[in-house]
Amino acid sequence: MRWNRAERLWAAGLLVLAIAAPFFLYPVFLEQALCMALFACAFNLLVGYVGLLSFGHAAFLGSAAYVTAYTVKAWGLPPELGIVAGVAVAALMGLVFGWLAIRRQGIYFAMITLALAQMVYFFAVEAPFTGGEDGIQAVPRGHLFGLFDLDHPLTMYYFVLAVFLFGFAVIVRAIDSPFGQVIKAIRENEPRAISLGYRAEHYKLLVFVLSAALAGLAGSTKALVFQFAALTDVDWTTSGEVVLMTLLGGIGTVLGPVAGAFIVVAMQNYLAQTASWVTVIEGVIFVACVLAFRRGIVGVIAPFVTGRRASADIPAQRPEVDAAPLPPETAKETPPVG
Amino acid sequence: MKTRIPAACAALAAALLLAVGAQAQIKKDAVKIGVLADMSSLYADLGGPGSVVAANMAVKDFGGKVNGKKIEVVSADHQNKPDVGASIARQWFDRDGVDMITDLTTSSVALAVQEVAREKNKVLMITGAASSDLTGKNCAPTSIHYAYDTTALANGTGAAVVKAGGKTWFFITADYAFGHALQKDTAAVVTANGGKVLGSVNVPLNTADFSSYLLQAQASKAQIIGLANAGGDTINSIKQAAEFGIVKGGQKLAGLLLFVTDVHSLGLKTAQGLNLTESFYWDQDAKTRAWSKRFFAIAKKEPTMTQAGVYSAVMHYLQAVKATNSVNGPKVVAYLRGRPINDFMIRHGHLQADGSLVHDMYLYEVKKPSESKDPWDLYNLVATIPGAQAFKRPRGNECPLVKG
Amino acid sequence: MLAHLPAMPPAPLFFAQLLVGLINGAFYAMLSLGLAVIFGLLNIINFTHGAQYMLGAFCAWFLLTRFGIGYWPALVIAPIAVGIVGVAIERLFLRRIARLDHLYGLLLTFGLALAIEGIFRQEYGSSGLPYSIPPELEGATNLGFMFLPIYRAWVIAISALVCGATWFVIERTRLGATLRAATENPALVRAFGIDVPRLVTLTYGAGAGLAAFAGVLAAPIYQVSPLMGSGIITVVFAVVVIGGMGSILGAIISGFALGLIEGLTKVFYPEASNTVIFVIMVIVLLIKPAGLFGRAS
Repeated sequence: MRWNRAERLWAAGLLVLAIAAPFFLYPVFLEQALCMALFACAFNLLVGYVGLLSFGHAAFLGSAAYVTAYTVKAWGLPPELGIVAGVAVAALMGLVFGWLAIRRQGIYFAMITLALAQMVYFFAVEAPFTGGEDGIQAVPRGHLFGLFDLDHPLTMYYFVLAVFLFGFAVIVRAIDSPFGQVIKAIRENEPRAISLGYRAEHYKLLVFVLSAALAGLAGSTKALVFQFAALTDVDWTTSGEVVLMTLLGGIGTVLGPVAGAFIVVAMQNYLAQTASWVTVIEGVIFVACVLAFRRGIVGVIAPFVTGRRASADIPAQRPEVDAAPLPPETAKETPPVG
Repeated sequence: MKTRIPAACAALAAALLLAVGAQAQIKKDAVKIGVLADMSSLYADLGGPGSVVAANMAVKDFGGKVNGKKIEVVSADHQNKPDVGASIARQWFDRDGVDMITDLTTSSVALAVQEVAREKNKVLMITGAASSDLTGKNCAPTSIHYAYDTTALANGTGAAVVKAGGKTWFFITADYAFGHALQKDTAAVVTANGGKVLGSVNVPLNTADFSSYLLQAQASKAQIIGLANAGGDTINSIKQAAEFGIVKGGQKLAGLLLFVTDVHSLGLKTAQGLNLTESFYWDQDAKTRAWSKRFFAIAKKEPTMTQAGVYSAVMHYLQAVKATNSVNGPKVVAYLRGRPINDFMIRHGHLQADGSLVHDMYLYEVKKPSESKDPWDLYNLVATIPGAQAFKRPRGNECPLVKG
Repeated sequence: MLAHLPAMPPAPLFFAQLLVGLINGAFYAMLSLGLAVIFGLLNIINFTHGAQYMLGAFCAWFLLTRFGIGYWPALVIAPIAVGIVGVAIERLFLRRIARLDHLYGLLLTFGLALAIEGIFRQEYGSSGLPYSIPPELEGATNLGFMFLPIYRAWVIAISALVCGATWFVIERTRLGATLRAATENPALVRAFGIDVPRLVTLTYGAGAGLAAFAGVLAAPIYQVSPLMGSGIITVVFAVVVIGGMGSILGAIISGFALGLIEGLTKVFYPEASNTVIFVIMVIVLLIKPAGLFGRAS
């Protein structure tokens, strides 16, 4: 893809900002935000480009966190292998869940992913290796490739930043590849894509697995940041949170989820003393976004800053376009949101 | 093109600005005490806001300053989630300059925070959590288990119930670090005294409906149903046991950890006759009454041992800071370890190398409604258990800091 | 603790657990029924359903503690009050997004649920507030194999009655016929001079009222807690998927049946009791993607 001059300048600025940030801000906060940003980007890949809204993405985040925490702590794996193990498990789960869930679309898909994630949650409560309510505590960060001591705050930060940039690059690459063009075609008009010879189900499943694996990457990294894996990571409120971050930032925009994640994490940090107000504010943001702000922050601001007109394919807008009365049969299986 | 870098930059910049405000470095010109507790859930009554009251009372009584530095109290709600507790503690130590954390109700949270404190060499004075693992296999050099632990509860209530003839036991256990430790310690005491454990069932924390677990306990035909849970969970299980006719059927309940606030909300009609072990009861003697009266004036309820423990712990911590002219964790703890600890709440206290504060505990019995003169007149003293007996570990000490 | 897996439990425990399961099933049935009714006409998954259930319980609690109004009046007042709140939600929010993708309805109601729950958590903490059993239903009867608290027996009876009545109204009356017709073809029903938007509003209100009714019933058993709704709603979603979306009978039958199955699991393998419903959901999805009672689409 080609960026115009303004965009290139902004991107460079952003990178400089990211590199300089730990000297001004609490690194753990930044690391948390980057992990959640990657999580949201992974989620967005599914909702924004395939139009499948998963309400159970915490299952991948949390399972990978558990696997990494356990393998690093109990088996003494180095951090990089711990992360690989976490991502592998998340991808495998993505394959199974995806295979089950893509049988249905729209709200059904959302409910099925939610229910599957709840199954994972209760498994985590009961399984012996997760530590139940206690979680897996005091996970050692270890030395990356036997060289870099991750207990050093700055080393850890740049490691997390590198992981984030890697995940982000994978997503951008996937979207701009021919593969990305096909999934967008499927989102826009599935029957037509199928009639052109694309096996839509395969493509959807592949994106689901990729999304799950990247969510797992975020979870594995998070486990090392906090040296902890706990039930919060597999809780359905976490699944809700990632929807919120993406919706707030802008569904189907590349950088929207990042902005949404930073805002939500900053808010949670601000209001750490009063967790229940965080919930209220998150609820209100949800309602406001749905009622009046469906394109999200990035979707709204972008045209002004880049000098580019908003492209017509912001997925969140689409349903308004084709909101003409649908025959009841198709109305039951709703078209995807994104 | 779909990429909207600039827009995101603007949004990110806004988020970062927000964050800068929140993350601004705090100058280290105060001694800071953190009260990390369950502020809103099933343990909020026994610690929570009342612990903040107690901590503030201690700071005020100390004069508000130590060695010319202001003393500040901060507080937060850990929601009984260990990850939440650990990340608040990390932030407090790293960024906000907190020197000591107290209360720490909920053992899973306390264990998690203890790992952070170990890494940062900071002092913990745990008055809320109970698990004996805090000073056992997970012990940390700068962590003090202040008010009571599951060992003391087992040696108190557990032993008393077995000796009174309750030989066969079934446990209803809160499914996390605390419940497991309490069950293990009590089971060890029960078997040591010639009793037998017939079975147990794990129940998730903060459960509303105990019916199916109570039915299992009933079917076990054990004489004693040991409730290895706390706070709201204990209240619910005792109430529902009455509903399912368990006590009428001849089985007895043993509430292994009951606080004065639990008994107050259960009411004497339901709770009468229960044995319980505490390190503090407001109506114990003139000293406890004098302090509790001041607490009641602010909090509008009588203090629990956790809350009285917070006051006592903060006072002793500040004295140690004053004497050593330092907030250095190991120094402060070394000072406290060197001398006896005695006040209205802790009697005959001395701090062990594993972090447990050994002191007298008390075995009480809940009064009959006819014996009670006012809503908070709840206990009769049965026995005082000397520290050495109360804190004698039935399973041996697994703490790597102590030899053997 | 796998070590405690019983080989064959004593018969009394077996039946007792089944009964407890049936009580849980009663709540699953009532809540999934409300979801099904709302889904039928509005085509949205009402995530606020859990919050409305919680509001019902809180309403009963307020009535008792603030105004001294007891259980029996609360059983009528709370559903009406929450029903009115539901009407307001439909008018203020849901109507405005009715023409959008139905997923927005899910997100909107999820947001509302978060906000409502957060406010109550802020005010009342997240532990339960006690609500006592009405004196008329105190005590227990000895069934031989167990002490059945009378209140719990009442819950089973009244919920079966309410479910049955709802089914009757929708499937066997003229009003129900209109409703079903409006689900199938709103434009045509409108042509017959029926005010469809009002029908939609009232249906949503009725669904919310049904949830509140369940909430009042639950208050003496589960206590009144801000989190009671979010605890049960995800299970109810699975129940709905199993029963088949929009099927009234499916919601009722699978609600009760899954409660029973959950009870059975508690006898044989308690560790799996929380997962069993989700496992069944997976199996049903594999065999019958539209749900047991749903029409294939």
